Amino acid sequence: MRIPISYALKRLGFLLAVLWTAATINFLIPKLTPRDPVNELVQQKIAQMGLDSSAARDMVESLKEIYGLDDPLWQQYVRYIWNTAQFNLGYSIVNYPKRVNEIIGETIWWTLGFVMTATVLAFVIGTVVGALVGWSESSKYVQWLMPPLAMFSAVPAFILGLVLIYYFAFKIPIFPLRGGFSPTSEVDWSSFEFWLDVAHHAALPAISLLLVTIGQWALSMRAMMTTVEGADYITFAEAKGLKSPRIFFRYALRNTMLPQITALAMRLGFIVSGSTLVENIFNYPGIGRRLGGAILAFDYPVIYGIVLFLVMGIAVATFLVDLLYPLLDPRISYTGG
Amino acid sequence: MRRGGGFQSLIAYLKRNPALGWGLAILVFLLLFASVGELFIDSEDVYPLSEPINEIPSAKYPMGTDSQGRDLLASLILGTRMTLSIGMIAGIVGLGIGTVLGFISGYFGGVLDDVIKFIVDVLMTIPQFLLLVMIASSVPKPDEMGIVQMGLIVSVVSWVRPTRAIRAQVLSMRERAFVMMAKLSGMGGMEIILKELMPNLLPYLAISLAGAVNAGVLSSLGLQTLGIGNLREPSLGMTIYWLRYYNAFLRGMWWWILEPVAVIALIFIAFLLISIGLDEFANPRTRRAV
Repeated sequence: MRIPISYALKRLGFLLAVLWTAATINFLIPKLTPRDPVNELVQQKIAQMGLDSSAARDMVESLKEIYGLDDPLWQQYVRYIWNTAQFNLGYSIVNYPKRVNEIIGETIWWTLGFVMTATVLAFVIGTVVGALVGWSESSKYVQWLMPPLAMFSAVPAFILGLVLIYYFAFKIPIFPLRGGFSPTSEVDWSSFEFWLDVAHHAALPAISLLLVTIGQWALSMRAMMTTVEGADYITFAEAKGLKSPRIFFRYALRNTMLPQITALAMRLGFIVSGSTLVENIFNYPGIGRRLGGAILAFDYPVIYGIVLFLVMGIAVATFLVDLLYPLLDPRISYTGG
Repeated sequence: MRRGGGFQSLIAYLKRNPALGWGLAILVFLLLFASVGELFIDSEDVYPLSEPINEIPSAKYPMGTDSQGRDLLASLILGTRMTLSIGMIAGIVGLGIGTVLGFISGYFGGVLDDVIKFIVDVLMTIPQFLLLVMIASSVPKPDEMGIVQMGLIVSVVSWVRPTRAIRAQVLSMRERAFVMMAKLSGMGGMEIILKELMPNLLPYLAISLAGAVNAGVLSSLGLQTLGIGNLREPSLGMTIYWLRYYNAFLRGMWWWILEPVAVIALIFIAFLLISIGLDEFANPRTRRAV
């Protein structure tokens, strides 16, 4: 089993196209908007510090020089693509000498931690529940799981999060209201207590994401299971006298897993968009919360930098899932991809 | 299917398809709430300082007031209308563009199909919500953003899924016998699309519309929750923004939190049921148990 080169190259070409498109949109939007973040920032500083207008003009000029905003557009574009290719996303305007890369580095691990945990758990639980519900030999009680899971799957995670905060952080305060760790504790990744504190804070945001996505995995899995059940190879396995659990795991589940993995690649974007909002609702110190803060401050290099980073991350993850796919399913035609 | 009997046969069908029936019932209820409801409120009460602040629900303020002195009943009625309108605009524009592109791509094929398919594939990989965050946060004067403007911003991405879905349906239908028959009898491309393909695609168009409106509502709620949009108008997403801003949780203002959540949940559950019901209508062979 190996990945055919032509297929891999095709997917790589597609990945590059996605990255280039994302970067170009990222470059164009600020050029198209009549909003001028540099001016807005300077106006703000004038209001704060009482600068006179000639000093302000100097400030605008020097900032524009730093950002290279006076060069011809194509030069800016080439420089932008070159910088982006080297993963240089520029500086924050609001916290000036701070680089966008630094901001991403500080926040991304928080996001990856709770989003990956929630996604893996939801994928496993949802797939198994959906398969059991779709499998005609399961207990009838399993069917009852489906309506509530389907309801949760329809509601956005951040809306569910609001309810969870109210009931499980305010009414019955078993979880903290906000944040990634207690304000009283010190950030110390070597102490076990700190990890526990972090897990305690991550639990509620993760549960809101989990509850919403479990239903989505279960719904698609159930539909797949129902179609697989009628397949000839299942009837044959039954005729051979194989035990039901064996047919379930080795024949039915294995075949229905493949579309689930494609769906994982397709849904990464939704999951990340969802977690961005969840982080803002919970004031969780991840990259989504930082994006929310940058939006309110109109710190445009940070907004565009974070969005571009997330888009790139998802594109790369999708690429990796695409590469794994032929290893999992020997039937797919590599050349057609 | 036997047609005729109008309303009665619709009721009879909805009895066999309870998901669609319940979904439509909830949607009609929400639409009534958002339209007829206005008769019972003063629409000026949705703005800050029009009422005393932080009132718990009572006879005078059936749903209470928020920390800016907005009447929440009035805010929810107008907010539901705004949010559903934004979704409708995004959905209709998205479906319109999607139908045209889907047909061009699926029916005529060729280079145009390759181009459209490629663009759709690229845009499916880029998370639409993040793209919207970038676009919407760059709009000049976001504080004055109206319903139509928000709807159109969301439309920037709302055509992608319909295009894909409709293209796939057209592709599968193009080779069927009745289309061959129409070709043989000398019908032109446009005539086949309008007379043969469109009627058969109606259920899929309805599914795409429900999906696009749903996605539009979701996107606009998300943007507003992040504080992008008109901060003065009481759209449902802005209500969420303000309750975060004023820390309604710390003060236990349950009415401010749970009321918009209930309305939003109803909207999404209505769309879920409608799409399950339409799915059953379009593919009667897939029996769904929800």
